[in-house]
Amino acid sequence: MGQFLQMVFPLDLITLPFMFHALLSGTVVAILSGLVGFFVILRGSSFVAHVLPKAGFAGAAGAVLLDINPLVGLVVFALGGALSIGMLGKRGRHDVVTALTLVVALGTGALFLTLNEHYATGAYALLFGQLVGVSLSQVLDTVVLGLVCVLILGVLYRPLLFASIMRDSAEARGISSRKLEMAFLIVVGLATAVTVPVVGALLSFSLMIGPAATARYLTRRPGTSLVCSVAIAILTIWAALVLGYDTSWPIGFFVSSISALLYGVVRVGASLQQRRVAGKTDAHVHPLDGVVGQK
Amino acid sequence: MQVEHVLELNDIVVQFGQRTVLDHIDVAIEAGEFVGLIGPNGAGKTTLLRVILGLLSPNHGEVRVDGKSVRKRNRAIGYVPQKIHLDPDTPLRGRDLVGLGLDGHRFGVPLPSRKRRARIDEVLEAVDALRFADAPVGRLSGGEQQRLLIAQALLTDPKILLLDEPLSNLDIRSAHEVVRLVGRLGKERGIAVILVAHDMNPLLGHMDKVLYLAEGHAAMGEVDAVIQSEVLSRLYGYEVEVLRVRGRVLVVGGRDEEADVVDLLGGFHCGDHEDVMNS
Repeated sequence: MGQFLQMVFPLDLITLPFMFHALLSGTVVAILSGLVGFFVILRGSSFVAHVLPKAGFAGAAGAVLLDINPLVGLVVFALGGALSIGMLGKRGRHDVVTALTLVVALGTGALFLTLNEHYATGAYALLFGQLVGVSLSQVLDTVVLGLVCVLILGVLYRPLLFASIMRDSAEARGISSRKLEMAFLIVVGLATAVTVPVVGALLSFSLMIGPAATARYLTRRPGTSLVCSVAIAILTIWAALVLGYDTSWPIGFFVSSISALLYGVVRVGASLQQRRVAGKTDAHVHPLDGVVGQK
Repeated sequence: MQVEHVLELNDIVVQFGQRTVLDHIDVAIEAGEFVGLIGPNGAGKTTLLRVILGLLSPNHGEVRVDGKSVRKRNRAIGYVPQKIHLDPDTPLRGRDLVGLGLDGHRFGVPLPSRKRRARIDEVLEAVDALRFADAPVGRLSGGEQQRLLIAQALLTDPKILLLDEPLSNLDIRSAHEVVRLVGRLGKERGIAVILVAHDMNPLLGHMDKVLYLAEGHAAMGEVDAVIQSEVLSRLYGYEVEVLRVRGRVLVVGGRDEEADVVDLLGGFHCGDHEDVMNS
């Protein structure tokens, strides 16, 4: 048993600086994804959360081509994608604009990769997440950007909840749902930019959707759901980082499969529980008994 | 003596491009009055509501609430939307939804307090929603959700309650209960009620006046004067009959030739099937 534990959790998990960095920035990324994911699901904007990481990927590829910090490219492109989706969308409906953002991003990303012939391994890391090579300065970037996002979400919490649930009533109370939407998209863009280097562009939105979707089955209170979502996201990324270290398989694979697995288990559990409750209360006489179906 | 009007619309004109949607509308509503707003689709009902709410500035004219001219959105007006679209799994209880009416427009995170809870409980009790206040909103029936929406609108102590087609998704019983509830709240709290409806039947016996809109023009009248076959038929440009059965008034749309035959034979009763949708 002890041997097995040592195999899964070798001591160098925390003594190796890159692993410590990865765990640290992974935690920031998870907190952010859990919070943003709650609102992404509430607003039905999963598609946006899927597209912005791809925009960020193109930006990072471009930044490498220009030999600047990839995070700059990530932020610029993810924010650019968010702003264009927000400005071109109409009253909360923006799936066409989002789809176009996706194809433009993927096309540009393909071009940048082709122009930069020596970047194949880097591109692989950007797409599927990487463990090694997270430097301390990258961790600091993640922490700062993450704090900014958490702060914005904290300030916008109530009006964003209000406008996401009932847009008309919120507007009648003086909330500008358009400005809120722009602010939220910017937060999703920034959150994307810090998530992509750790989890990878292709699968980073699984960390936004999975934990928040799972948390919906655990509680009926919005605040508690938010906390559960963050907790599940943190557990997911920690497990993924440890398993990624043990196996050297991509982090993105572990994040997506763990979050899907958790979602499945919790959902089945919730529906079993519901069936049990329904079985107890469903013993009354049907109102149409004796009216229809008599022979 | 001059009557105090809680809501006055003075000479409101709204144009979208070349089209005049509201054409010199003058309306005055007293405190505690229950007004049914009716009119065919496209008559400008929603536009009128948006003007009253301050979400749309009219090209001409002014809205006065409690004697004061309003341009901006205003706490004295409570708004109840038609329906709320939520997943059954959305983590939001009835009391969370209602609480948004208290402080949902403020920045930051809501902090639980005894006072906040007491305020929310008070309005939940007023609409008889305490028993399902802790259930997820997405799993409640249309009538239960409507009660929560009304409770939410009450939290600002409004002088006017605007309800945008609150009955359109409700069954006969829930529709009557919602109308009775709104009527009672209006009288008890002195709130003027403007309720948009396509089916007038649940409102009859509760509303004081009818405000009807057609082709951008508005007229307000006593219920007996407006709920007449000729008046409604002209308003909708379609045959509408007002029937009086067992001391009750029913509004029925269209003409059924078979029903005419039954009428000629005489003595046919509708029984209790009194909700006949007009189109």
